[in-house]
Amino acid sequence: MIGIGTVLAVALKTLPSHFSRIDRMGQASPLMRVHMHNSRIVITGIGLTAPNGDNLAEFRKNLLDGVARIQNLEMRYIGEVHAGVCHYDPLKYQGRKELRVGTRAGSISIYCVHEALADCGIDWESTDKSRVGIYLGTTEHGNVETENEVYNISQFDYDVKYWTHHHNPRTVANNPAGEVSINLGITGPHYTIGAACAAGNAGIIQGLQMLRLGEVDLAVAGGVSESIHTFGIFAGFKSQGALAVHEDPNQASRPFDKARNGIVVSEGGCVFILERLQDAQSRGARIIGEVVGYSLNSDAKDAVLPDAQRQAECISASIARAGLNPRDIDIVNTHATATAQGDIQECLAINKVFADCPDTFINNTKSYIGHAMGAAGALELAGNIPAFEDGIVHPTINIDELDEECEMANLVINKSLRRPEVNTILNNSFGMLGINSSLIVTKFSK
Amino acid sequence: MTKDECKQIVLDIIAEIAPDEDLSDVKADVGLRDQLDLDSMDLLDIVMELRKKYGIDVPEDEYPQLASLQSCAEYLTPLFNSVKA
Repeated sequence: MIGIGTVLAVALKTLPSHFSRIDRMGQASPLMRVHMHNSRIVITGIGLTAPNGDNLAEFRKNLLDGVARIQNLEMRYIGEVHAGVCHYDPLKYQGRKELRVGTRAGSISIYCVHEALADCGIDWESTDKSRVGIYLGTTEHGNVETENEVYNISQFDYDVKYWTHHHNPRTVANNPAGEVSINLGITGPHYTIGAACAAGNAGIIQGLQMLRLGEVDLAVAGGVSESIHTFGIFAGFKSQGALAVHEDPNQASRPFDKARNGIVVSEGGCVFILERLQDAQSRGARIIGEVVGYSLNSDAKDAVLPDAQRQAECISASIARAGLNPRDIDIVNTHATATAQGDIQECLAINKVFADCPDTFINNTKSYIGHAMGAAGALELAGNIPAFEDGIVHPTINIDELDEECEMANLVINKSLRRPEVNTILNNSFGMLGINSSLIVTKFSK
Repeated sequence: MTKDECKQIVLDIIAEIAPDEDLSDVKADVGLRDQLDLDSMDLLDIVMELRKKYGIDVPEDEYPQLASLQSCAEYLTPLFNSVKA
């Protein structure tokens, strides 16, 4: 019996050598570049909600002004914790019954998708909804709803006849994307991509791939998180010794600082509208940026401890896929979550890849908004994209004393940096079980 | 409890589970789902609220008794009164 691997191997051997996809160095062959040109994927809309902004303009302004927004939250069983809470209007795009029946992640997703579609300027009424795909990254989903139900039946002596019939539709892993589908009448594929804290990038990558495969004509892609509503996330980080504590919540998330003591958990969402370049151009869309490179890999080592070597390989692979050199990257937006080990590992990876890159600048967005989990990658990328227009690298805030093990040549600390121009942004997002992702977006040029 | 009081309890439950509905002119003898935007999950919500708030368990084969305000009143009023007693 001939397996699919054998068929593939024979097929690849019969291809002319110049058509071999990407060589060992990750460089695209000339014909591949033509192919890639024909499936260039661009961003035409962004919708988001973050603890310090419910749209890109507000979010960006606060990043440039150094405005963090973390608050204290009373959490069942634990007490007071620091958390990033979003303040968008949930009734803007949903009825009260829809909100009551659905989930917070669904609501955040619906808000972000509506905002992104409005931003991309598409004639939504005449858009073929069967050719739209919804690809949302999530770190986890269902913990909030299950915890609430366990608490609910605890009020009834754990009698399961009081367990809600809404539990299953609320907790299926595709829930946030499915709620978007129902709210907007999108009949193309919808699902979530579970990729721990790399999920925001993974959602965007999935959307890009589905566009290149021709599965859809418009991808609604990004990440979402409702994690601040589950005590388990906080309790888990606390047990792990990785939950941030500070007398001022706005200073609790402090990546790279010597006094950092863990993660601030946040909720949030960010959705990009992705299209093939030719589709975007043919409808006269404003093009915000082009996704030119990406990589996903695995540490295959430890459930929680990150690995600098694999992270460096991931970053390098994304740069190679884009056909770029590390020196071409203007901004590296780090994943760093302010844990003792994690930040150091990422710094090692960055110092390795960008060892000789005097014009590559490094920043971090979690210092403002905490860790938005499944939304983190997409949100943090979005917060940097306006740099294509204003040329400013937003700083990493809350660094009073830089940890010497986190020293990076061009880390932008506490004060924005204006550059002659910013053309290329690389965004890192890494997650538990050793999943790494890097994504590269460039300023659009014909 | 009177049947009118029972109808008000049902309306209060519906107001909670379907807060966007206008309940000012619900006709007692017309099916609830014929005049309000309620689905089968909403019906289960009504059943759950009766159970949680009033200790009334409606068996599944008697769900049709909850079709209209009038049928709710006919079916539930004795149950409310027996629970109270």
